[in-house]
Amino acid sequence: MSKHQDIPLTPINTESSEKVRTGDWRTYIPVFDAEKCIKCYICWKYCPDAAIKVKDEESLPEWDLFHCKGCGICAEECPKDAIEMILEEVE
Amino acid sequence: MGKLTIPEQELMRPGHMGCLGCGGTLAMRLALKAAGPDTIISIPACCWAVMPGVWPNTCMGIPMLYTAFEVTGASISGIRAALDAKGKKDTNVIGWAGDGGTFDIGLQALSGMVERGTNALYICYDNEAYMNTGIQRSSSTPEGAWTTTTPVGTENYWEQGRKKDMISIMVAHGIPYAATANVAYPEDFVRKVQKALSIDGPTYLQIFAPCPTGWKSQPAKSIKLAKEAITSLAYPMYEVENGVYKINRKPKEQTPLKDYMLKQGRFRHLTEEFIEEQQKMLEANWKRLLKLEEITNEE
Repeated sequence: MSKHQDIPLTPINTESSEKVRTGDWRTYIPVFDAEKCIKCYICWKYCPDAAIKVKDEESLPEWDLFHCKGCGICAEECPKDAIEMILEEVE
Repeated sequence: MGKLTIPEQELMRPGHMGCLGCGGTLAMRLALKAAGPDTIISIPACCWAVMPGVWPNTCMGIPMLYTAFEVTGASISGIRAALDAKGKKDTNVIGWAGDGGTFDIGLQALSGMVERGTNALYICYDNEAYMNTGIQRSSSTPEGAWTTTTPVGTENYWEQGRKKDMISIMVAHGIPYAATANVAYPEDFVRKVQKALSIDGPTYLQIFAPCPTGWKSQPAKSIKLAKEAITSLAYPMYEVENGVYKINRKPKEQTPLKDYMLKQGRFRHLTEEFIEEQQKMLEANWKRLLKLEEITNEE
């Protein structure tokens, strides 16, 4: 158990936020239909959470559900309606 | 198709504390893509002071300095001077503040930085109120809006004043480059950031960033709303280079301001007459911009 004395006087952030799970904020989960995708990457461009990954300019976008907060911007902006937001089931 | 229209590098990591559908985080992601890794950013109290994460975590892939509310402009002047003294003339310096820290509290420091001629870029992400502290009005809040300090009840105390015209204030300083941008047009914003950074002198950008939490709008609609802000003339997108105006996007068809406003809970108490009055005011402002563009492009 660390004490408050262990915190430096000037806190400097050194760790990456990538280990922080923000995916559990989600209510609706994006479901992607790869057949409809035309690889325009509009979903990637507009994602405020940088949670959509594009490996290279040939591959399909991939969702990082550990971080995706389920805002639904990708589904709203997809010109081909390839993304659907559905209520997520949590055990 | 199949081509990325904005830089691929990702300097804003996921796992930040921004709300769902936040325009401010998207703006930062795009700005860092445009600026690249050789950049230092200075951020005062605003949403972005808390969004990078809880200590010791941060989503920023570049060095970030956290400053007091009123000193963003002064802090970037200092960072620039220190970098110049060390011979690092190519490192970009960006000041990043919300509308409260720019329009109200940080105005004198910003004015001083422009007057000194600091070679740095100041970006204001404009979500039209103090969102981080709980949706209090700022001088960027548009007339008629509900906030927690301009409440709507049996008596109406909603926002009374007009939105402050920051670009005109910056142009009056004789700034080399000032522009407004919009999160719905990432290519345009990336171009503006890169252009501003290429200019040797003070530059100012103001990006329209929807805030679903504060505007009581749907997170998924953030981009649609941002596009509608342009077509309804609520937030024109233009740039001013050495006093010469250029409107970047002229809507082919003007959409009614009512449609834009009533998508947001913060405006839902307004009457049709009031919205009509606002629309007239915005149309007059649009005409003024068109005239300015015409006059300054002569010769």
